[in-house]
Amino acid sequence: MKISESWLREWVDPAIETPQLVDQLTMAGLEVDGVEPVAPEFSGVVVGEIVEVAQHPDADKLWVCQVAGSGDQTLQVVCGAPNARAGLKVPFALVGAVLPGDLKIREAKLRGVESFGMLCAEQELGISDASEGLWELADDAPVGADLRDYLSLDDRIIEVDLTPNRGDCLSIRGVAREVGVLNQAQVAEQACDPVAPVTDRVFDVTLSAPRQCPKYAGRVLRNINPGASAPQWMQERLRRSGLRSIDPVVDVTNYVLLELGQPMHAFDLRKLQGGIDVRMAKQGEKLALLDGTDIELDDTTLVIADSGGAVAMAGIMGGAATAVTDTTTDIFLESAFFDPVCIAGKARSYRLHTDSSHRFERGVDHRLQELAIERATALLVDIVGGEPGPIIVKQNTGDLPQPAEVTLSSSGLAQQLGVEVPAEQVEDILTRLGMGHVDTQRIDDATTWQFRTPSWRFDIAIEADLVEEIARIYGYDNIPSTTVNAALPISGDPEGRLPLSVVREQLLADGFQEVVTYSFVDPDIQRLITPELQAVTLANPIASDMSVMRTSIWPGLLSVLRNNLNRQQNRVRAFEIGQVFTLSSDGLTQENRIAAIICGGAKPESWGAEVGDVDFFDLKGAVESLLSLTGEQGSYRFAADSHPALQVGQTARIEKSGDSIGHIGKLHPALSKQLDISRDAFVFELRLSEIQHAKVPVFQDVSKFPEVRRDLAFIVDQKVTFDEIKQVASNAAGKNLTDLKVFDVYQGKGIENNRKSVALGLTFQDTSRTLTEEEINQAASCVISALESQFEARLRG
Amino acid sequence: MENLEQLASEATEAIARADSLAVLDSVRVEYLGKKGSITGLLKGLGGLSPEQRPQAGARINQVKQRVQDALDERKRAFERKAIEEKLAGEAVDVTLPGRREDSGNLHPITRTMERIEAFFVRAGYRVEEGPEIEDDYHNFEALNIPAHHPARAMHDTFYIDDDSLDSAGVDQKMVLRTHTSPVQIRTMENSRPPIRIICPGRVYRCDSDLTHTPMFHQVEGLVVDKGISFADLKGTIDQFLKAFFETDLPVRFRPSYFPFTEPSAEVDIQCTNCGGDGCRVCKQTGWLEIMGCGMVHPNVFNYCGIDPEEYTGFAFGLGIERIAMLRYGVNDLRLFFENDLRFLKQF
Repeated sequence: MKISESWLREWVDPAIETPQLVDQLTMAGLEVDGVEPVAPEFSGVVVGEIVEVAQHPDADKLWVCQVAGSGDQTLQVVCGAPNARAGLKVPFALVGAVLPGDLKIREAKLRGVESFGMLCAEQELGISDASEGLWELADDAPVGADLRDYLSLDDRIIEVDLTPNRGDCLSIRGVAREVGVLNQAQVAEQACDPVAPVTDRVFDVTLSAPRQCPKYAGRVLRNINPGASAPQWMQERLRRSGLRSIDPVVDVTNYVLLELGQPMHAFDLRKLQGGIDVRMAKQGEKLALLDGTDIELDDTTLVIADSGGAVAMAGIMGGAATAVTDTTTDIFLESAFFDPVCIAGKARSYRLHTDSSHRFERGVDHRLQELAIERATALLVDIVGGEPGPIIVKQNTGDLPQPAEVTLSSSGLAQQLGVEVPAEQVEDILTRLGMGHVDTQRIDDATTWQFRTPSWRFDIAIEADLVEEIARIYGYDNIPSTTVNAALPISGDPEGRLPLSVVREQLLADGFQEVVTYSFVDPDIQRLITPELQAVTLANPIASDMSVMRTSIWPGLLSVLRNNLNRQQNRVRAFEIGQVFTLSSDGLTQENRIAAIICGGAKPESWGAEVGDVDFFDLKGAVESLLSLTGEQGSYRFAADSHPALQVGQTARIEKSGDSIGHIGKLHPALSKQLDISRDAFVFELRLSEIQHAKVPVFQDVSKFPEVRRDLAFIVDQKVTFDEIKQVASNAAGKNLTDLKVFDVYQGKGIENNRKSVALGLTFQDTSRTLTEEEINQAASCVISALESQFEARLRG
Repeated sequence: MENLEQLASEATEAIARADSLAVLDSVRVEYLGKKGSITGLLKGLGGLSPEQRPQAGARINQVKQRVQDALDERKRAFERKAIEEKLAGEAVDVTLPGRREDSGNLHPITRTMERIEAFFVRAGYRVEEGPEIEDDYHNFEALNIPAHHPARAMHDTFYIDDDSLDSAGVDQKMVLRTHTSPVQIRTMENSRPPIRIICPGRVYRCDSDLTHTPMFHQVEGLVVDKGISFADLKGTIDQFLKAFFETDLPVRFRPSYFPFTEPSAEVDIQCTNCGGDGCRVCKQTGWLEIMGCGMVHPNVFNYCGIDPEEYTGFAFGLGIERIAMLRYGVNDLRLFFENDLRFLKQF
């Protein structure tokens, strides 16, 4: 909310400078977002009047003006503005004036004609960007007066960012009240004598929805002058508050809204039929709004209606059909109180937000309506004349907000704040805030108060609300800083749970860079990757390519890869840990996953050996390193599988104790192509919970006896997997086998087609004795015969 | 015998002159070999009288030993030289880079979160996490933000499409959590005071421009116990910020409003860019808004089944991206989510 400081100071004028005032507001919870001078520095500019205009003898587009305003004399000024005309009052920069940008005005000759000063546009004075022509001042502007004084330009606009609980401060009066409390200064209520009715003309009002609209004040004003316009001072205040001047009636209602915080509406009386009925809209009822939009109402929306139908959305916006126009002579003023609960969220549901709805949904003082209507009438009579009728007020007292009586205890206050605020200070602060001091009880050192809230503080209902008010005015700065006192019980993280930081560190050591990608992704891309999964769809996405929640981390990683390849980052190793979301017949599942992608060199480029590109086993190695962190790598298994995003034959399902916990593989070339990824990439994804359980070590005796290794190479069918060979060989080798390694796999020259050579290194050892040569030979021949019979393996010579 | 000394000096010179092991060996043969000249002298001892023999033998053996020592010394020198030459050939350019994997880096958001977690864990807080798709109750209602509360407008909530939920049999209104506060609610529902937790995680708001991304990260904290006060909150935040920025940073608390806390405060730190003098970064105020906090609202306690008469508590929350930007001087929020390796490798 923008506030003119000079307007505020008309209400309350503490003896402090602007920076202090601003600091005070901020530290009281009315955060000041910025302070802007109304006009930049300039001097020597007065109100001038063009007395006479003549064409410049040597220039088509220049005028020679005779301008009054400098003492008694008339000065000649050459001017190029198209709107220069006799009788116009304009800003007149005299010789010696200094304009924004340090522009000094001197006597000059323009094409041979002398000029003593300059007539100014708004832009030249830094008031606005309008540079079309001279700034046209009001007809009654006093000629010769200093422009800054006349327009009170030595003013600042204070932008206050109000929190939703402080609806009471959405007006000059509300902020003034707060400044008064903070400075113990008197707030000067603006004189507002009731305007006596001169006709008895009224317009009937019915409250058909008394809970939603418990109070409605209306007044008829006839025979106004539709040609009048709001005075310059009023237009200027509206402008400084961020509102445009529209017509005098709307300007007045807006002015009252800014000044008192009561939103008002003016109807063209002649366009209203029957009487006013404040009721709930009929489902599907139509209304053409002031801003030109046509809306269809639902039956939870409160409307102002006449006998012909809805004429306004209560508290939000008036209708176009009954709006005041430049031919309106009779008006009906509305000043109502609507239940905040009924208005709240309503404007937003119609995608509307108005100054009126902003205030009503935060709450308006329910005792303000008559004052506002009197204030508006007085201003209107001044500006557009007219004959006011009597104010009629319809109200349903039972549904009006009741003042709350709130109990506050000194012990509760001290407990919440951590400081003892003296009782007198508590009473002083709350009384200054307009609370009625109802009762005080003292028992020993403990005091219990009862306070009644003022009608404008609808945000106060419980003790905590009073505690906050006291803290705010007492000053947060005056509350000490202490350290939490707590018992120090010993507790620790279970050793059987792998900390996430260890998982991350492992990947970092393996050269992976951690990335963080958005959880919402492009549905079209996601469908290519996990076509079988149902994604969670956002109702209001920020963009269509961010409209579904990810079912996999891969879409994000793939975009990371593509973007980095596009930026010539040719070796990419990246991982991400985060939640993925899927819908199924089991409902919504949200689980943490860990995923990574690799592309480019298997090792960083080096001067020593040539570095090939990554393959399946580079990534599998990284996964195995992660799995080995758990100390239970034996319970994990990689099984050939297929996946829509991955290339057949280079895809594995990762299993833990037989259950699938993720996939690893080469990105399918067709998918790479679709995503504009020109190089081979490998990805994996695992359920994080499945690698977070770690084995607590259990000591095994270390053998003191020598170990013996036997290397055996077999030729087997190409389709036989290492896992299968390993299982058969391990079973056949007996209990003394302590390790089985594959140290060579070969296909090609010297080996038949569709066959491969697999070389195994078997290590034997016993914990209690040295194994004999015969025992080892025996074990080796068991392995050989088992592989021969199971896989038609042939021992290589 | 007269030429013994002559012979010795000739031999020594020949040894010194020898420029290879082969030459040296021929010198040895010439003097000490079977037919060598010194060996010959020993053989000639037989021609001497028995009285002369021991003395002459001793002199010849002395010379022989001297020549042998010179030969050995010379030979070792050759061997040393040979090794040195071999080793010289094995020299490497020690300035060439070593062979290794380039180690990766944590994302600056994780790095910052881990630092913050560490401060609080050391002080006895537990880390709690929760779902990112939340029901309306935990994200709003239980936090004292009823439907249509104006504060909901401050949140720019992403809503989940009802149809997509219906099909999975989810009949609740779901949102992307707008803060990690629902984790506080879930913790209070499931445990009894004393509670000291921090809740890091992703949060979502339907807003995207230069200074807002639709997804960002928060860390929130909650302390509930008997006797917890606003003064404790001030002390906790003040110590945390000083620890985080590793400097005696001025911190101020000013009244604000959050539906779930009362009294509430916004916390400002002195502008890290200008040191409080006023600049573009702090909009000339000298202060930067860094986090929000307050005393847990009694309604929130009531929702969670904690008696507000018995317990009090404070909660706080801050945006990770913002504090990371200040800490590391990052000048564009969007960099965090572009994941440009050249950016990420700096952390």
